[in-house]
Amino acid sequence: MAKQLMKGNEAIAEAAIQADALNYFCYPITPQTEIAEYLAKRMPEVGGVFLQAESEVAASNMVYGAACTGKRAFTTSSSPGISLMQEAMSYIAATELPAVIVNIMRCGPGLGGILPAQADYFQATKGGGHGDYHALVLAPSTIQEAADLMMDAFDLADKYRSPVMLVGDGMIGQMMEPVEFKPRQAKTKVNKDWAVTGCKGRAPRILTSLYLDPNEMEKVNERLTAKYAQMKREDVRFEVTACENDCEVLLVAYGTMARICKSVMAALADEKHKIGLFRPITLFPFPEVALEKAATQAKKILVVEMSCGQMLEDVERVVGKGKEIHFYGRTGGNVPTPEEIIKKIHVILSEAKNPAKRS
Amino acid sequence: MPQDDGAIMDKIFTKPESLRDVTTHYCPGCTHGTVHRMIAEVLDELQLRERTVGVAPVGCAVLAYNYFNCDFVEAAHGRAPAMATGIKRSSPELIVFTYQGDGDLASIGISEIIHAANRGEKFTVVFVNNAIYGMTGGQMAPTTMPCQITTTTPKGRDVNAVGYPMRMAELLSTLRTPSFVVRTAVHTTRGIIKTKEYLRQAFTYQKENKCFTFVEILSVCPTNWGLSPMKSAEWVEKNMVPYYPMKVFKTPNLE
Repeated sequence: MAKQLMKGNEAIAEAAIQADALNYFCYPITPQTEIAEYLAKRMPEVGGVFLQAESEVAASNMVYGAACTGKRAFTTSSSPGISLMQEAMSYIAATELPAVIVNIMRCGPGLGGILPAQADYFQATKGGGHGDYHALVLAPSTIQEAADLMMDAFDLADKYRSPVMLVGDGMIGQMMEPVEFKPRQAKTKVNKDWAVTGCKGRAPRILTSLYLDPNEMEKVNERLTAKYAQMKREDVRFEVTACENDCEVLLVAYGTMARICKSVMAALADEKHKIGLFRPITLFPFPEVALEKAATQAKKILVVEMSCGQMLEDVERVVGKGKEIHFYGRTGGNVPTPEEIIKKIHVILSEAKNPAKRS
Repeated sequence: MPQDDGAIMDKIFTKPESLRDVTTHYCPGCTHGTVHRMIAEVLDELQLRERTVGVAPVGCAVLAYNYFNCDFVEAAHGRAPAMATGIKRSSPELIVFTYQGDGDLASIGISEIIHAANRGEKFTVVFVNNAIYGMTGGQMAPTTMPCQITTTTPKGRDVNAVGYPMRMAELLSTLRTPSFVVRTAVHTTRGIIKTKEYLRQAFTYQKENKCFTFVEILSVCPTNWGLSPMKSAEWVEKNMVPYYPMKVFKTPNLE
């Protein structure tokens, strides 16, 4: 398929169709409503299900229901709506069903605003709903990557029988870029011998997340924990740029912020400063081993986010106390500019020996 | 009983195939078992068991999936109609029913039931109304009767403070879309027979892909009402039936 110029939201929507995900349930919310509008037209063309639900609570529970039948199902929303979907996500994780949830993040907390943010990192990566669970979280930084990861999300959801979340900030949703829908590799048929499809010719199947026996419940928790360990072994994704021995500052950023950091690197290359970039693509599982290794090559670390410092906590956890870790973040829909980040880097570099670990 | 002399004897009463042979967790005198059986008999008679998916609620019937011999899923509290929507829309060939109590359907799940009904989702809702939260131990439900004592209305339901009981069948029948809405009861034999008739009608309409189908069933909760099963049946007749009239509110044929 040739490249076409598409808005991020539309590319994400089309990617789902290309991945044969034909069951979509939604509720309108800025800045991702174009996904619903695109699919309202597109789903009937491919014989899929498009349904505008009465709320995000209902939309996500419809996904839960559709996922029970073994069909690829997904929903999309933005921060306040995603909060309402945490109930169903917890049930989907506990019942061990594949489902994809897209969060085009806006600023918050509360109703917040409709401008881009990365303020839902904690919610996305640390469970979000009740109980011991995680979703696998993918964070694209270009529209092409958003389309690619959206397609991968369904494969990963099937592989792990787990909710998979694609997170982008408002810019990923609203920006237009060329995108190409690459032909998918021939899929290995996933065995869905757990799906409820009517019990003709087999014993009835029950899909539940109710375990009143403590040992049975613990077994589920152990199975989920093993699943997350497998994700860490097999499906961690990241990108490392220009992180060599003499890296003066290693930038750590994801999504749109990582792109802005690349502009920073290009600008500082003229000044002969060695700036590297570590970009997590999976936010959960967090690329711990790779970041730890990259951090050893760098003198200082600067985490840049459109939040008050959420991924920062994972970076601190992984890198440890032995390294200077700085943070620069903007919130409220403000996006850190290359100039602001460069200024921050200059401050960090000018401090011969920084007494404070963080600034 | 005559000795078996080789003549073939007809078995005239047996456990429906759509029920499992297990011990119930429901309290003595509870009518959930009766309603389960009526549904199971209908699934058998219409030969739907092998293409049916049930959706269990949160409430006393949370373990309904242990009793029905068909595919089953467990919904979050009140969300059964949303979950059933997802199942039925993605797999229209399936027969889907939700089984919900009054707290699940009329309180926390009122949004989901109204919108599923209004969209005309082609599944069946079995709404068991016993005017109380059973599983959590007898709290006020939206359907609790005026002056009825529950653990959260220790002096009786004060309608000035919390309003009057909600009539779900009436409420849903004000919507234009849903076209099979009935209320029945299982506190009498005649009611049980009628209940089965309505369930059969509801599943038949679903089989024909005709319409959203809603069967409200007045039921008892001897344990949390603090009454014997016999007294509970009398309580339904005296207190619930006058407020919750048993009737067909809408059928496709009346339109």
